[in-house]
Amino acid sequence: MVKILLGGGLLGSFASFIYPVLRYLVPPRVADLGGDQVIAGNANELKPNTAKIFRFGSRPGLLMRNSDGSYRALSATCTHLGCIVQYRSDLQEIWCACHNGLYDLNGRNISGPPPRPLDVYEVHLRGDDVVVSRKREA
Amino acid sequence: MSATLRKWIDERFDWAALTAPLRKKTVPTHDLSYWYFLGGITLFLFGVQVCTGILLLLYYRPSASEAFESVQYIMTRVQFGWLVRSIHSWAANLLIFTAFCHMFSVLFLGAYRKPRELTWITGMLLLFLAMGFGFSGYLLPWNTLAFFATKVGTEITGQVPIIGHGLKVFLRGGEDVTGATLTRFFGFHVALLPGLTLLLLLTHLALVQYFGMSVPPAVEARWKAVPSEAREIKFFPNFFLRELMAWYIALGVLGALAAILPWELGAKADPFAPAPAGIRPEWYFMFMFQTLKKIPAKVWFADGDVLGILAFGVAGILWLLLPFFDQTGGTRGRKLVLGLGTFALSYIIAMTIYGYMAK
Repeated sequence: MVKILLGGGLLGSFASFIYPVLRYLVPPRVADLGGDQVIAGNANELKPNTAKIFRFGSRPGLLMRNSDGSYRALSATCTHLGCIVQYRSDLQEIWCACHNGLYDLNGRNISGPPPRPLDVYEVHLRGDDVVVSRKREA
Repeated sequence: MSATLRKWIDERFDWAALTAPLRKKTVPTHDLSYWYFLGGITLFLFGVQVCTGILLLLYYRPSASEAFESVQYIMTRVQFGWLVRSIHSWAANLLIFTAFCHMFSVLFLGAYRKPRELTWITGMLLLFLAMGFGFSGYLLPWNTLAFFATKVGTEITGQVPIIGHGLKVFLRGGEDVTGATLTRFFGFHVALLPGLTLLLLLTHLALVQYFGMSVPPAVEARWKAVPSEAREIKFFPNFFLRELMAWYIALGVLGALAAILPWELGAKADPFAPAPAGIRPEWYFMFMFQTLKKIPAKVWFADGDVLGILAFGVAGILWLLLPFFDQTGGTRGRKLVLGLGTFALSYIIAMTIYGYMAK
């Protein structure tokens, strides 16, 4: 009985030293203040068949202007290992330089190691601003 | 002066008794004994890393807003700063190279066999730590290459089932690679990893001292058949002076590389810029990088990258336990280890070359 008490006490005190250290190692959650909508750029900024990276909260997004002048926006984070993708105007596809992954303009993974499509955002014009918002779940 | 100093020490510590093991220690000598120098050269390069690392610490500032600029300052404004940084970067690469050579020489010369299993395990853990040093140090200049290498490397950790996400957040200091990651990696690089390395290094060296140098099986058999053929030299001064010469040559190679091909800094990391074309990790991660690049998105029902990462994890654990596959002292276990060693070496070399040649 004494052994159990001593052992338990020792274990308890040890746990009380270790627990705060383990908690300390986990970084605090940072709230993403980006919201669900962002002004990704100016309507006159992008020529057809070009693209730019914009900040969507703490994550990068890819805003593309198609050959017909319309806009498309996708998440710029590759679904393979998290690199930032880029628009290849020569291929008219989205390319990740890290592991040679390719996506089509709808964000579908078409070649290379990416396992999933890129997230697609909604785009609309508000005056001269190109506004990108997350798609609402139906 | 030296006699007075010797007398002073003798009166207090009995110098002769203290140095007796060193005078008694011998090293076997045969036509393959030059492979014995590799461990020592790796140790020497570690010493270079400690010295140049301390020098870099005098000017380096570990924050996302200042890291790149402080390395730039070291390289352009501080006298010989470019050389110190270049030596630190080159020595890191040479250290990993000599550690790999040391590991394969130990494997092919059978030095891992009973009773030296723990020497192999501590050596392997030291190699993993050296790669950890390389990975954490690579981010510190906060340049584009380093940023994406860290992004990919930590994302790989995140793919490990169950504990992966927690481990990734712990390494990154958050969900993404940010200034918090840089601060953490700096802490790992200059405090945590050196502490662990010192502990393991002392154990590894103590084990090497305790068991003495291993003699390759073929030489051992020859010496057993004809005992008069067995040769050994004194560790001090004979082997020690030869080792010093090897260190001197290593220093020469290091100095030449650092001065003729100074390590570049590249462009400052931008967390909101696409990964540039031609992005690659350090050469010693290339075989894993190229493998992950070639695995299809889906293999049967599983994600290809998860499968690849798990396969590398299992291979690493098996590699760590390699001496236990050759416990009987028979030729079967030895052949298995030699086969695995040959396959691993060929795979690493082939995938590394492929990685550099592929677009």
